[in-house]
Amino acid sequence: MEYVMSAAIGILSASGIWLLLRPRTFQVIIGLCLLSYAVNLFIFSMGRLRPGAPPVIPKGGFVDATAYADPLPQALVLTAIVISFATTALFLVVMIASRGSTGTDHVDGQEREQ
Amino acid sequence: MSEVNEHLIIAPILIPFIAGAVMLLYDDRQRKAKMWLSLLSAAALLFVSIELLDRSKDAGLSDSGAMGFYLLGDWMAPWGIVLVIDRLAAMMLVLTSLLAIPSLIYATAGWQRQGQHFHSLFQFLLMGLNGAFLTGDLFNLFVFFEVLLAASYGLMLHGSGQLRIRAGLHYIAINLAASLLFLLGVSLIYGITGTLNMAHLANLVSSISEADRPLFHAAIALLSVAFLVKAGSWPLSFWLPTTYMAAAAPVGAMFAIMTKVGVYVILRLSMLFFGQGAGPSAGFGAEVLIFLGMATILFGLIGVLSSQGLGRMAAFLVLISSGTVLGVTGFAQAGGGQAMLAGALYYLMGSTLATGALFLLIEPMSREDGGIAAMLALTADAYGLDEPDLDDPEPPGFVIPGTMTVLGVSFVFCVLVLAGMPPLAGFVGKVAMISALLDATSLPTNLAWGFVALLILSGFATLIGLARIGVQTFWASEGMAPRVPALEVAPVVALMVMVLLLTFKAQVSLRYMEETAAALNMPRSYAYGVFSAPRAAHGPDTAGDEVETEDSE
Repeated sequence: MEYVMSAAIGILSASGIWLLLRPRTFQVIIGLCLLSYAVNLFIFSMGRLRPGAPPVIPKGGFVDATAYADPLPQALVLTAIVISFATTALFLVVMIASRGSTGTDHVDGQEREQ
Repeated sequence: MSEVNEHLIIAPILIPFIAGAVMLLYDDRQRKAKMWLSLLSAAALLFVSIELLDRSKDAGLSDSGAMGFYLLGDWMAPWGIVLVIDRLAAMMLVLTSLLAIPSLIYATAGWQRQGQHFHSLFQFLLMGLNGAFLTGDLFNLFVFFEVLLAASYGLMLHGSGQLRIRAGLHYIAINLAASLLFLLGVSLIYGITGTLNMAHLANLVSSISEADRPLFHAAIALLSVAFLVKAGSWPLSFWLPTTYMAAAAPVGAMFAIMTKVGVYVILRLSMLFFGQGAGPSAGFGAEVLIFLGMATILFGLIGVLSSQGLGRMAAFLVLISSGTVLGVTGFAQAGGGQAMLAGALYYLMGSTLATGALFLLIEPMSREDGGIAAMLALTADAYGLDEPDLDDPEPPGFVIPGTMTVLGVSFVFCVLVLAGMPPLAGFVGKVAMISALLDATSLPTNLAWGFVALLILSGFATLIGLARIGVQTFWASEGMAPRVPALEVAPVVALMVMVLLLTFKAQVSLRYMEETAAALNMPRSYAYGVFSAPRAAHGPDTAGDEVETEDSE
């Protein structure tokens, strides 16, 4: 599972960075999305990858903490997802405004002269 | 201590939050009400932060120092989020509200009409700033950074127009990327140490296993990149001049403190994690900070000399100011001593206020009759923002006499502070830094001398650049003096009075900064304080020692 996970993070961030450096705003926003997926997976994996271990401890009685996954990274991932979702939406709005006011989807607002 | 007193620490976050949220309920025709609400909130902020400053006066100087803590939800330190108010945080809070009030007053003269929800966004920006200064938890810091960034995106685009949208696009893209790096760093730190509480981390740094230490350093480096982007450090700052120049004047003035948030966090974390007691990690990153600080000053210096307009120049001056403090942070971490750090903090206060004033001066100074106003009217027309305002007519009202004199004096004032000429605050701060640099024996001599030379050169470049603009505006311009409403000059004068106060009370404020620097050099007392913070429900609880052993994996 570790290999699959690290490959997923690696491929997502590599394609994200490549897209981020492209000149079209649409590519940039998709790149940011992919990067944020990679980061979210990374945060999740920082709680250590453990199959079959629930993060929520039942009420009462003796609890063996080693049988449970670390809940904190999962909470952090939730927060990070919400925030990056919101800021990406905001970025999309600015992107559309830029397309409307400059008439091009180049990130600099003008096509590069050939 | 009464209940209200205890909860005062969270007030700098709650006041702007509530004010901003309430203002969302009204539509933009109630602009006058919004304006008063906004000003009221900023004034309340100033009052609260001065009270907090007064209260944390002797915080952190001894293990029992009366540092203020606020346990959110009454959870004990490493598990819950803790707000910490020490001298540095209190100082930054005061600086924020001191800058906010003049910016708001300036905005009432016209800018608040140029777009939607100006005042709400402004309040959310204040909330994010105050939260970032107060929090003692890394992930919470991320959340407050996002709050202040989201608000700043809106404010940056305030007034619309092609230039602003273009600059805003770059600004948002680079900050989103930086936020992702921030998250990577934070989660890596959690993966290694199992905690995100800054005080807890400060305790753990010296006992991280040798195998994990490079990883921890990598995590800190990732975090720092995110903060350096905000601080406008050299290779990460190419977005800054255009963004600051394009932003509306009151927003630009408020953005003068946004770079200081990055500097603040770097200062706080490096002193906390990599101070003298950090074992093998002590002094980590000091050389990098010194180098980046010097490169930033150099970049700003060249930028000042090459920029044609005052707006662009002011943005480069922001870079010089944050580069100076970054460099001194590096020196302080390398064992430069407290006096230098104190000088840098004093300089930070003075230069932030002066750059704020400069941003507010740009418009009145470049306004030929009708110039900018006509342009604004045009953009507003094109975007259909200029709805008829029956209850809020254009305030031509009181136009100050002797416009050119007042503007000229204010401008010279800013030049003196920013160039570090006697007798104003910039001079005092620079002298304090330079003399401490020359006194410090433990630092590499070449680096120290190089930094001194850059400091002096940057002052000289500032003088040349600004004097050129001044000559163009005040001596070489023809025609009528522009009409400047009093509402646009009053905030500049207010900022000038603050700098004057800072200068006249230099001894008091420098002593305050010195004690702040001394407290920063003792991260132990910060950490100890956080763990012994009394819980409301259970009284004093000193679980600090047991926590320390339990959580280190």
